[in-house]
Formats: sequence, C-alpha cells, structure tokens
Amino acid sequence: MENYFSNRIQIIAIVVSVLFLLYISRLIIKGKLREEYAIFWVVITFILILFAVWRRGIDIVAELVGVYLAPNLVFTGAIFAILIYLLHLSIVVSNLHEKNKVLTREMALMKKRLENLKKPKKADNHETN
Amino acid sequence: MKSKNLDPDFRIAVVIPAFNEAKNLPSLINELRKIQEAEFQLVPIIVNDCSKDDTAAVARSLKVDLIDLPVNLGIGGAVQSGMIYAYESGFQYAMQLDGDGQHPPSEISKMVAAMKKSGFSVVIGSRFLEADGFQSSSLRRAGIRYLKGVIKFLTGLQITDATSGFRLYNRKALAAIAANYPDEYPEPEAIIYFHKKKLTIGETPVIMRHRQAGKSSISFINSFYYFWKVSLAIIYAYLKV
Repeated sequence: MENYFSNRIQIIAIVVSVLFLLYISRLIIKGKLREEYAIFWVVITFILILFAVWRRGIDIVAELVGVYLAPNLVFTGAIFAILIYLLHLSIVVSNLHEKNKVLTREMALMKKRLENLKKPKKADNHETN
Repeated sequence: MKSKNLDPDFRIAVVIPAFNEAKNLPSLINELRKIQEAEFQLVPIIVNDCSKDDTAAVARSLKVDLIDLPVNLGIGGAVQSGMIYAYESGFQYAMQLDGDGQHPPSEISKMVAAMKKSGFSVVIGSRFLEADGFQSSSLRRAGIRYLKGVIKFLTGLQITDATSGFRLYNRKALAAIAANYPDEYPEPEAIIYFHKKKLTIGETPVIMRHRQAGKSSISFINSFYYFWKVSLAIIYAYLKV
C-alpha cells in the first residue's frame, strides 16, 4: 500500500515537471520568454525531473553535503535559488529602468529639437556662442 | 575662474521641473519675466514630467521652451532633461527653479551675486542660513539637520539646506549634471556627487514660500522611505568613484 502511494506521487512529480518544461518551451517558441531568462527555468525543471525519476538521488546528495534530513536540503536549495533569481530580476528591472529613462529623455529632447528646427528664429535665440 | 563668471552676458537657463503645475506656471513665468536685471538674463525652460493636467498646454501658451517628457521620470529625471537641453544649447549658467512656486524668482539675484562673488560652481539657496520665510515642518527640519550632519561628515561641507532644489550652476556643474543625476529625491545625493566631481559648492540665504497649489513630492507616509532611500543613495554616491 505504501509503495502504491509513493509510486503515484513519483508519477505526478514527473508528469508535472515535464508539463512545466513543455510550457516553458512553448513560451520560448512563441517569443514570450527570452532565452536568457528561460535558462534558469529549464535547468530547474531538469533538476526536478531528475529527482522525480531518481528517487534515491535526493537522499544521496543530502548525505554527500552532510544534511541530516533530505527535505531540508530541498528547502534550503530552493530558497537560495529563489533569492538569487529574485536578485537577478531586480538587476534586470534596474537595467530596464535606466534604459527607459534615457530613451524617454532622448525622445523629449528630440521632440524639442524638431520644434526648434520648425521655428528657426526661436532656436537661434538660444545659441549663446 | 572669477573673470569668467563676470561674463557680461550672464544668461541663465532656468530649468523648471513641472508635474501637474498648470495652476502655478503662469504666475511663476510672469514673475520671471518681470525680473529685468542688467547683470543677468533668465531663459525659462519648462520640463513637463508627463503631467496629468494641462501643464504642457499652459507652458506652450506662455511661449517658453518646453521639454515634454512622454513618460514620468520623477523630479531628478526631469531636471536632468532640462539641464541637458541647457547644456546642448550652450548656456554657461543654469538653475533649477521648482514649478510649485516655492522658489521666488526675486531671490535669483541673490544667488547670482553669490556665484559672481565666490566663483563657486554650485550655489544652493538656503532657507536656514537666515531663518526667514517659509521654514518647513519640524519633521522635515529634523531630516534636514540629519542630512546636514551626514554631508558634513562625508565631505566636510557645511550645507544647511541639503534638500533645497533652488540651485544655480555654472557650465562645469551643468556638464556634471548632464552626465549623471539621480532620479528620485536628487538634492542631497547630488551634493555628494558634485563634491566627488571636485566642484566647489556654496550656499546663500534665500527666502522660500509655501507651495502655491498642488502637493509636495514628499508626503508624511513617504518620509520613512525618503530617509532610507536618501541615506543609502548618499552612502553609495560617496563610495562611487
């Protein structure tokens, strides 16, 4: 009975992981997710599939790094990965923010220069040299 | 340095960052136009920071230069846009004058006189050198005292009104602003940046007014955020090469 349940959760884990991988692939193909941001998700999904198939794996890795309870390793690893990824996203957002600012500014200045060209008298007025 | 500042055509680009200031702009521009001094000439440049009201239309009707930002950048981004325009247009001097009417144009002559006398690259109009006019709330004054201490500690400069946006710059400072300027709550951080750029900074007493209409960019709820943001920004601006 116990074996039956654990088999079932294994099958569920594999199916969910594979579906996740397919969904990410679909997003990349449709151009909704850029490859550089997808790498993280693809790698994570492969790790999920690996440990879903290789059930002893998580215990072996936990023993290797000296973690007494395997689930603790899973939580620690997952939280760490999430934190790093969140930091990465903050960097991406900061980068976008900066680019957005420069673009906005340049556009407004361009618009002003265009107006000055249309009214040459006014533009001349502002040249000091 | 000094002879350069005594340039007969002391033309000053007056950069006015405006966010929803349609009500304040006409009287402000009128006041600016009334100032006819022999020693300097003021050229207003309004930067509309994607206002929700008709700031842009009002600015156009006033026939002044308008930089119309298509996306809201915050006060720092707006000021920097105006300063870049002033820099590219060849101005030797530029100043920031807030669109809310807090900075009376009649005080500009004091700042020009201070710059001519001292030869400083940055002249900050301070409310607190001579405690006169609008002095702000007690919480804000406490914040300003804190900033004064931090700036004094990091740079050795005695800046009594670090949050004042009423500032006059020469072309050297203008170039520095065009290259880099903080987006949000830029004033205290910019002092550190100017100091790092080896620009000379001085203050001169001015009288400020209450805002005429609209709301301040720093509400009571935001003051906690302001404190941390500005503190961090100052420290990182100091550590930046």
